[in-house]
Amino acid sequence: MPPKSAGFHLAESPRVCYTFPPMSHQNPDHDDFIHSEEFLHHLMRRQLRLSIACAAAFLILLFGLPLANYFAPELMALRVGGFTLTWLILGVLFFPFVWIIARIFITRSMALEEAEVLLAAEGNAKRKA
Amino acid sequence: MPEAASFDYWILAFSAITVIVTIWMGFRSAKTSKSASDFFVAGRSVSVGWNASAISGEYLSAASFMGIAGMVMLSGYDALWYPVCYACGYLFLLLFIAGPLRRFGAYTIPDFAEGRYDSPVFRKIAVCFVLFIGFFYTMPQMKGAGTTLAYIFPGLPYWVGVAVVGAVITLNVALGGMKGITLVQAVQYWIKMFAISVPVFVLLSVYGGYGKNLSLNQSASDVASPPAIVQTVEPGTPQRLALPEKAPSDESWIAPFGPLTTKAATAAGLSAEESKPLSLLYTFSLIVALVCGTAGLPHILVRFYTNPDGVAAKKTTMWVMILIGVFYVFPPIFGVLGRNFLPELYAATGSKGPDKVVLELPILIREKYGILGSILSGITCAGAFAAFMSTFSGLLVSMTSALAHDVYGRMLRPQSTPAQRMAMFKWCAILIGGVSVILGALVEPLEINFMVGQAFAIAAASYFPLLFMSVWWRGMTMTGAATGMLTGGLCALFSATLVNASTLALDKGPMGKLFSGFSGMNDFWKEHPLLRILAEQPAIWSVPLAIGLMIVVSKATKKTVPENIRMKMLVLHAPEKLGLKQEYIEEQQGMGH
Repeated sequence: MPPKSAGFHLAESPRVCYTFPPMSHQNPDHDDFIHSEEFLHHLMRRQLRLSIACAAAFLILLFGLPLANYFAPELMALRVGGFTLTWLILGVLFFPFVWIIARIFITRSMALEEAEVLLAAEGNAKRKA
Repeated sequence: MPEAASFDYWILAFSAITVIVTIWMGFRSAKTSKSASDFFVAGRSVSVGWNASAISGEYLSAASFMGIAGMVMLSGYDALWYPVCYACGYLFLLLFIAGPLRRFGAYTIPDFAEGRYDSPVFRKIAVCFVLFIGFFYTMPQMKGAGTTLAYIFPGLPYWVGVAVVGAVITLNVALGGMKGITLVQAVQYWIKMFAISVPVFVLLSVYGGYGKNLSLNQSASDVASPPAIVQTVEPGTPQRLALPEKAPSDESWIAPFGPLTTKAATAAGLSAEESKPLSLLYTFSLIVALVCGTAGLPHILVRFYTNPDGVAAKKTTMWVMILIGVFYVFPPIFGVLGRNFLPELYAATGSKGPDKVVLELPILIREKYGILGSILSGITCAGAFAAFMSTFSGLLVSMTSALAHDVYGRMLRPQSTPAQRMAMFKWCAILIGGVSVILGALVEPLEINFMVGQAFAIAAASYFPLLFMSVWWRGMTMTGAATGMLTGGLCALFSATLVNASTLALDKGPMGKLFSGFSGMNDFWKEHPLLRILAEQPAIWSVPLAIGLMIVVSKATKKTVPENIRMKMLVLHAPEKLGLKQEYIEEQQGMGH
C-alpha cells in the first residue's frame, strides 16, 4: 500500500526529522498560551473525558452482555421473532448502537476542536495584552 | 456430494473475472501513480465515500467473508463475538488513537514509534511485529484460498490451491501491481458486499427468514416452556435436515457459553456448572483481543491519512463503521442456514469443513432454480477471492516494505543504493510469499476465523498498548514502551503458537504426524483447562501485562522521557487548525515505485 510504503520511503530521507523545532516557520513564541502547560492539560483532559464517556457506554454493553448471559440465561433466551434475545442484541442490534456512539463522538469532538481553537485564540490575546 | 464429480463453469467464470479484473486494475492504477506524493494527491481528491469503501475493502478478509460463517455454523452464538468485535473495535480506534495519530502525521506504527521517542532503535523493534502479526494474518488468508480453490476444482489438493494463489499474488506484488490503490480496494469492498448479501436474500426468500431459521434450534428454556414455536413454522418452510453426531446440540449451539468457549473445560471433564465461569473468562478475553487488536493492526491505521483533513477523516470513519457493520450482519446468516441445510459439513474437516459453507450453500437451490444456484455460488466464490486477495496483497506489501526497507535497508546494509533496495523489495516479496504459502499449507485443520483472532490477540498485546499509552501518557519512555510491547506481544505470540501446534497434533491427516511432538501438550491442557484458556485467548492477561510493564519501567527510567514531550503532546492533541502539526509528508519522489 502506497501510504505504508510512502511512510517507509519518506522516513529514510534525512530531511524528515521527528524532533519538533520550536515552530521555526513562525516567530518562535514559546511563551504564548498555545504552548503553555495549562492549555495542554486542559486539552487532553477534555478529549480524554469525551473518549472515556463514549468508551464507557460501549464497554458497559460489550462486557454487560456476557454477564447478562451468565446471570440471567432465561431472560436472554426469550424468543423475539425467532431470535433469542441475546442473539438479536449481539447479531443485529449491536451495530446500530455502536453507530450512534460513533456519531455522538464525532459531533462532540468536532465541536470540542472548534471550542479549543477559540480558547487558544482568546488565551493568546489575553497573554499579549 | 453430487457436485464433487464435475466442476461448475459458472463458478469458475465468476472467480476468474474477479481475479483478472483485480490484477488488471492494480497494474493500471500502479502505472498511473508513480510516486508516493501522486498517491496522496489522488487520495485527497477521492471522496469520503470512496475512501470509506477502500478502508472497508482492505479490512474485510477471508476471515470475515468465509471464516465467520463457518465458525457460527460450528460453534453457534459464541462465534457472534467475532463479527461484532471486528466491527466495533473500530470504535476504540476512533475514540483513542485515530485522531492523535493523524495529527502527528506518522503513517505506520514504526514511524510513530520512531517519532514519538526520537529513536531509530525503537523503530527497528517495532517493525518486527509487522512481520509477526502479518504472518499470523496471512495463514488464514491462505487457508481461505486453498479452501476456495479446492471447492472450485473438486479433487484438487488443498496445498496446491494455497501454492497457486500465493504464487499469483506474490508475483503480482513483486512486479509492482496491487499496491493497495484506493480504487481497487473500494471496488473490492463492493464486490464482497454484493457477494455476501445477494445470496443471503435469495436463500432467505427460499428457506424462510433469519429468525425463523434460528427458531428451528431449541434451547433449554424453549423446551421447558413449550409454546411450540417449532410447530408454528408456516407450511412451506422446509424442515431442517438431521444433524450428524459431530454437530453440537441445539442447546449448546444457540445459547451462550457453547462449544467454542467450553472446549477446554469439556476436554478436562468438568461439569456444565464448573465450566461456565471459565467460559465467561474465555468470552471476556476474546472481546479484549478483538477490540484492542483492531486498534493495533498495522494495516488499518494507514488509510486515515488519505483524507484531506480531520473532519473528512472523521466522516470517513463513520462511514467505515456503517459499511463494515452492515456487512457483518450477513455472514452469521450463512452459518445459521448452513447448520439447518448443510449439516454434512460438520462431519468433514479441513478445507472440506464448515469454512466453505459460504461457497457451498447457494448450490442448494440449484435443484429448485437450476442455474441460479450455480450463479449465486459463483458470486460468493468471487467474493471470497476478493477477500483473500485484497488482504493478502495488502499484508504482503506492508511486510515486504518492512523487510526490504527497514530490515535490509536500515539494519543489514544501510549503505545500499536505491536500486539495490528496489531489487531487494522483489526478493523480499518472493521470500515472504513463499513463507506464507508454507505456513498456509500447514494450517488446513485450523479454523480461518480462529487464526485471525490470534493475530488480533498479538496486535492487542503489542501495538495497542504502545499506541494507547504513548498517546495519552507523557511519562512513557522508550525503554518502557519497548519492554511492554515486546513482553506482551511475544507472550501472546508464544501461547498462540503453542495452542496451534497442539491442535495440529490432534489432526488425523499428515499434519498430525508433523506436529506429533506436541501431542503431550494436549494431556497437559486436559489437566489444566484454565491454563489452556489463558493460552488460547491470551489477551486478558497479556494486554494488562504489557501496559503494567510500560508504566513500571517508564517510571524507573523517568530521566529518559523525550525532552520536547510537551511539544509532541501538543501536536498529538491540539486541533489541526492551530497549525502546530509538523508537516511530516513532503513532496518527494519515493523509491520503489
